Amino acid sequence: MFEAIAFYLFAFLTIAMFYITVMSKHALYSMTALAAGMIFISAFFFILGADFLGAVQIIVYSGAVMALYAFGMMFFDSTRELKEKTTPSLLVFGLGGMAALMTVIIVAAPIVSDNIAAAYPIVEGVGNTQAVGMVLFTKYLIPFEVAAVMLLVAMISGIVLAGKKMDISLTLVEDDEIPQHDKEKEKAES
Amino acid sequence: MMEIGLNHYLVLSTILFAIGLLGIMRRRNLLMLFFATEILLNSVNIAFAAISHFYGDLSGQMFAFFVIAIAASEVAVGLGLLVVWFKRSGSIDLETLKSMRG
Repeated sequence: MFEAIAFYLFAFLTIAMFYITVMSKHALYSMTALAAGMIFISAFFFILGADFLGAVQIIVYSGAVMALYAFGMMFFDSTRELKEKTTPSLLVFGLGGMAALMTVIIVAAPIVSDNIAAAYPIVEGVGNTQAVGMVLFTKYLIPFEVAAVMLLVAMISGIVLAGKKMDISLTLVEDDEIPQHDKEKEKAES
Repeated sequence: MMEIGLNHYLVLSTILFAIGLLGIMRRRNLLMLFFATEILLNSVNIAFAAISHFYGDLSGQMFAFFVIAIAASEVAVGLGLLVVWFKRSGSIDLETLKSMRG
């Protein structure tokens, strides 16, 4: 009963938030709605008994990823409205509907067959975090290590890509010394 | 209606995935494309967690963890590239990427 109420409430909230994310004209509204949707998704993980996954979802997505987006948006002019050329909606809805149908078939095809057995059954008597740790550090140890290396590569590439010319502090130099933007320079030249 | 089964979660996951796909096809702003990608990854995570719960198997949760790790590194690299592209072209619109058109 309560599970059904929680499911339908959070399903409605998540769909609404992600719809705002996709449809909003402001990048800031879009990002805020996305952060809210991430937190609502973690509620599904808690309902499903995956406590550790829910905590990781809140920490990684609404903590790290959203902070990264917020810092990244400081580089972009995010306060003005986005002017976008939109494609014809009939084409988009047709392609979207077909892709969604394909997704349903992909997801539903394994469910049709009933001979699915659990490869790593949930251990009885221990909490979710402990069970996850027991599987993660035995069966999935090498993917775990590879994921760690991948995160290190991502961190280094993020620093190298975004950190260029960051040795000049924009708050310490005079106003006229701040290099103007390339586009304005091109406009002045042409 | 009152009993929440696996199909409820899979339908929800599909709806969220369709919203993400709609965003990817509709938006022309690269930042919005990143947001839509996050929606896609999250909808798949719901399906993984639901299957993991209803089949009593922890592999689904493991895959959801790796999906989260991939999403985090994708955001780091993608935002770095986006910052470089914005410094170079002054716009994060998808149309500005059409520089190789003959």
